[in-house]
Amino acid sequence: MSDKEVLLTIRDLRIEGRADEEWLEIVKGVDLTLHKGEVLGLIGESGAGKSTIGLAAMGFARDGCRISGGTIDFDGIDLRSASEAKRRGLRGKRIAYVAQSAAASFNPAHKLIDQYSEAPVQHGVMSRGEANNDAVELYGKMQLPNPDEIGFRYPHQVSGGQLQRAMTAMAMACRPDLIIFDEPTTALDVTTQIEVLSAIRDIVEQFDTAAIYITHDLAVVAQMADKIKVLLKGEEVEEADTRTMLNAPTQDYTKSLWAVRSHARPEQPPIEAGTTPVVSVKGVTAGYGTLDVLKNINFDIHARRTVAVVGESGSGKSTTARVITGLLPPREGEIQFNGQTLPADYRNRTKDQLRQAQMIYQMADTALNPKQKLRELIGRPAQMYLGLNGKALEERVRNLLDLIELEPDDYIDRLPSELSGGQKQRIGIARALAAEPQFIICDEVTSALDQLVAEGILKLLDKLQAEFDLAYMFITHDLATVKSIADEVVVMKEGVVVEQGPKSEMFQPPHDPYTELLLSSVPEMDPDWLDKLLEERAAGGAGAAVEGAGN
Amino acid sequence: MSHILTMIAQRLALGLVTLFVVSLIIFLGTELLPGDFAQEILGQSATPETVAALREQLGLNDPMHIRYLGWLTDIVQGDFGESLANGQSVAGLIGGRLVRTLQLASYAAAIAVPLSLVLGILAALFRNSFFDRFANASALSSISFPEFFVAYILIFLLAGANGAFPSTAINISRGDPNFTEYLHVAFLPALTLTLVVTAHMMRMTRAAIINLLSSPYIEMARLKGMSPMRIIVKHALPNALAPIINVVALNLAYLITGVVVVEVVFVYPGLGQLMVDSVAARDMPVVQGVALIFAGAYVLLNLTADVLATLSNPRLVHRR
Amino acid sequence: MGFLTGLLWLAAAIIAAMAAGWLFRTAAVAVTPRGVSKELKTAPLTASFGMLMIIIYILVAFLAPVIAPFSETEVVGPEFMFPGDDPAFVLGTDNLGRDMLSRMIYAARNTVGIAFVTTALAFIIGSVLGLLAAIVGGWLDQLLSRTVDVLMAIPALIFALLLLTIVGTSIINMILVIAVIDSTRVFRLARAVAMNIVVMDYVEAAKLRGEGLWRLITREILPNAMAPLVAEFGLRFCFVFLTISALSFLGLGIQPPTADWGAMVKDTATMITFGNVTPLLPAAAIALLTVSVNFVVDWQLHRASGLKE
Repeated sequence: MSDKEVLLTIRDLRIEGRADEEWLEIVKGVDLTLHKGEVLGLIGESGAGKSTIGLAAMGFARDGCRISGGTIDFDGIDLRSASEAKRRGLRGKRIAYVAQSAAASFNPAHKLIDQYSEAPVQHGVMSRGEANNDAVELYGKMQLPNPDEIGFRYPHQVSGGQLQRAMTAMAMACRPDLIIFDEPTTALDVTTQIEVLSAIRDIVEQFDTAAIYITHDLAVVAQMADKIKVLLKGEEVEEADTRTMLNAPTQDYTKSLWAVRSHARPEQPPIEAGTTPVVSVKGVTAGYGTLDVLKNINFDIHARRTVAVVGESGSGKSTTARVITGLLPPREGEIQFNGQTLPADYRNRTKDQLRQAQMIYQMADTALNPKQKLRELIGRPAQMYLGLNGKALEERVRNLLDLIELEPDDYIDRLPSELSGGQKQRIGIARALAAEPQFIICDEVTSALDQLVAEGILKLLDKLQAEFDLAYMFITHDLATVKSIADEVVVMKEGVVVEQGPKSEMFQPPHDPYTELLLSSVPEMDPDWLDKLLEERAAGGAGAAVEGAGN
Repeated sequence: MSHILTMIAQRLALGLVTLFVVSLIIFLGTELLPGDFAQEILGQSATPETVAALREQLGLNDPMHIRYLGWLTDIVQGDFGESLANGQSVAGLIGGRLVRTLQLASYAAAIAVPLSLVLGILAALFRNSFFDRFANASALSSISFPEFFVAYILIFLLAGANGAFPSTAINISRGDPNFTEYLHVAFLPALTLTLVVTAHMMRMTRAAIINLLSSPYIEMARLKGMSPMRIIVKHALPNALAPIINVVALNLAYLITGVVVVEVVFVYPGLGQLMVDSVAARDMPVVQGVALIFAGAYVLLNLTADVLATLSNPRLVHRR
Repeated sequence: MGFLTGLLWLAAAIIAAMAAGWLFRTAAVAVTPRGVSKELKTAPLTASFGMLMIIIYILVAFLAPVIAPFSETEVVGPEFMFPGDDPAFVLGTDNLGRDMLSRMIYAARNTVGIAFVTTALAFIIGSVLGLLAAIVGGWLDQLLSRTVDVLMAIPALIFALLLLTIVGTSIINMILVIAVIDSTRVFRLARAVAMNIVVMDYVEAAKLRGEGLWRLITREILPNAMAPLVAEFGLRFCFVFLTISALSFLGLGIQPPTADWGAMVKDTATMITFGNVTPLLPAAAIALLTVSVNFVVDWQLHRASGLKE
């Protein structure tokens, strides 16, 4: 790689962000060298400064940020001292950008092809007609269906995975020397992600474009990058070529990132026949309006067991939770609790029935009232259900804070805004525990969190389950999470249970074709994984039977 | 396109229903009037016999719904009844004045709409510059000013002994001025209205655009190397159309219905003036008529804005 | 030349106002506790000036009998005196020979007080119904929302005039009529704000916990809806205040001999053509208060929107 010409050199880059009238350094002296045609993976958790560095490579800082030090040299042009007009001339023409959410980053008011041709026409690279023809060609190269016609649609008429490919095509419009990919597949389902990844990789290779690929997902970056740079809180941890980095990381932080997916729950003894399940979903059909979102769903959840409900967006897994909690009374079927049928509507349930089933939400930000202190947030269920007051209540709140590993004296009078994302999620757990339930629904509780933090939450949930004999229903789209915490798995697709059974069986063939597709689509930390998978699928294996999922 | 037509038809139907309910409110309002309508017309000195005769003649003894239907049929045919104050036909009283009010509103709108859109776009483009801050503070001030304050300041500065413009528009009702004369005589009232509505429209245009500037697609346009002007005009403006159309409609409606104070200050012979005089005299048929006309104009403008805003949204026009 | 001197005066007034705002902010930051002063520091000069003015208005309204040199209604001198004609009448006299300054001071009490009561009433009606509509939903929401849609289809001032014709002009009637009309606007906002909060997971969690309606409103929703509602209160106050002034100016609002700024403009309006600025004084008093409130509200809205551009 290093025999090629150097394209981008960043030295001692410092970027500041403004918070409450103060400038804080968020990127603290990062160096970076990129050769022509080379792909660099930038990886790190949230707050590592990956996106900020990516944008700085275009000489751009978001509102509220400023580049305060260092040099950015792009092909002999000093981007920091260049005029704004000169920088504008480079953006879109020689350096292009692919954003995380294509759905939000395409202008809803214009057709895709008009947005495609904007950069080439405005930068004087092509005429309007040439650009349109070129668009059709690139749409074809990006494996978009109907390349002749798709450009004449508006963004809202195109699916997420296709939009992301159309955006990559748009970035390619002027045949730039460098493209910044900012988490381009994070918002997509796993099965869609594969298609976008392979299309991006193909086109970058074809045009020999250099790229900076930003992501938090190691397995993804392993497929895409020639070399990887690991970032932590605005500083570089280490950099090496991809294989070296994966096989022999030198720094502790990198090793801990690599080890994240290692948590695994010990196998539980089989449930004795005849035990009454804590929760039993029986023949549930439910939906909104005339639409059935769930069709004849059946599964049981036993004490001390975790049932993972897996599926992609739109599979009906969250709707199932709404039926169980009584927010959405089912059209047919019923929910049993310890063998007793629960009233379908939560408003008809007794206080004790409500207490027994608690819920932990995906977005801790919206699940905690921002105006209440932890004392009230956690204390309220204990006060309401268990009648605790005064000293006893305070004692219980402190006890719960201890359980979720937060120092009571320090935290009891804080507001949610004074907590980190992981801590907020812990409060969600404490609030559920405060009711002393038998059953907790965890709705994507780790998907908004960084991997190390998520790992901590999973371990905590495990510990609490053993301590209080809890039954968990764990809703997730992430199969890695399933592997680490589930005892039993329920796979859902379009409102139907496709497959269910103990974890050990689920991860062994034979599979239902959809389960197979889902399982095979989860990226692995092997740089050759994507190649192998695509070969297998071309040969007719590994989920090839289920066509066009997620399109 | 058929779903758009259905949508427009639905809005139209909704507008009609609204107008119907408004007419009901206006009618019932009269019913709640304390005292007897016939007594009111004839005055305190009337004998019980004449009052009873008039009640019979006016149909006041019929049940309420019959009278409402009769009243509504008359109005649909253009018959608004007669003024209690002078016995003239209400339709006749309103007709000429409605034209004058519409003239004044168009005069002000012709200046205010283009001016405020341009100022709003410029303020968004040069946001946080001195120009923006100054424009914003002046707009905020002039929104806060009572209309008569603006009007009297303008009279104080531009009319009076050596002023270039007349301080009253009363001459309009005396002669029939030609176009240039009208523009001169009605300049101060039109300017007053312009100042009041421009501020509001400008602020809302600016806000509608700036709201969008943090959207990812605006950042995308910046990262494609587009110029600031192009970003505002090509990328932000098309998406800000719906709120802008709504605020323009709101202000046009205001120009028609909110002229009351300005007409009184400048003695301008329009509907507002008529309404104020009639309210003071409790001349109910005239108040009813004017209120219905105003409400009709208001509903119509909001309806137009609604339809235009729908048409400006590609998500609604081009379905999946 | 007259225009240029006018501009100079305007510039001087703006500079003086900003200086007053700066002084006020500095003083306020110095005397308030830390939490408050941290927020005050973020106030732009316009908002600082606005806060200073609002405080002055409130003081004048409360202390009217103490600071006014003459009584509210007494005829104390010749009619139509220019400001400065007689040192005893600093702002001159009105069409009946009453002291302008004293009437201006008393009007602060009358007009501002009535506007405040009206706004508060409109607010109570509008926000209670709006919150209920958002939380209870279903038919109640449909009924209230459709009613408000229709009421809002009638232009506010015209509706007020119509209702005043029906019920007759008196202060109580005016307060009720304007409060009802204005509550429709408050309803819309309160409902929209509450709708955004009702869909939050923490409200769902509270419902699933089995919390009652009262606690949902007071503990979960209201604390999070306060900021936009308070800003709206400021805006509504301006609107109500301007409407009342307009009605009084038209002779349909606060009736003589009670001092009121709108009515005072009307009484002295003819003097403007003789180059007498007297009618501009009460009008300016109205304008200054609404500008001040708007400046403060603008600052609060800007802060709430978090637009840190």
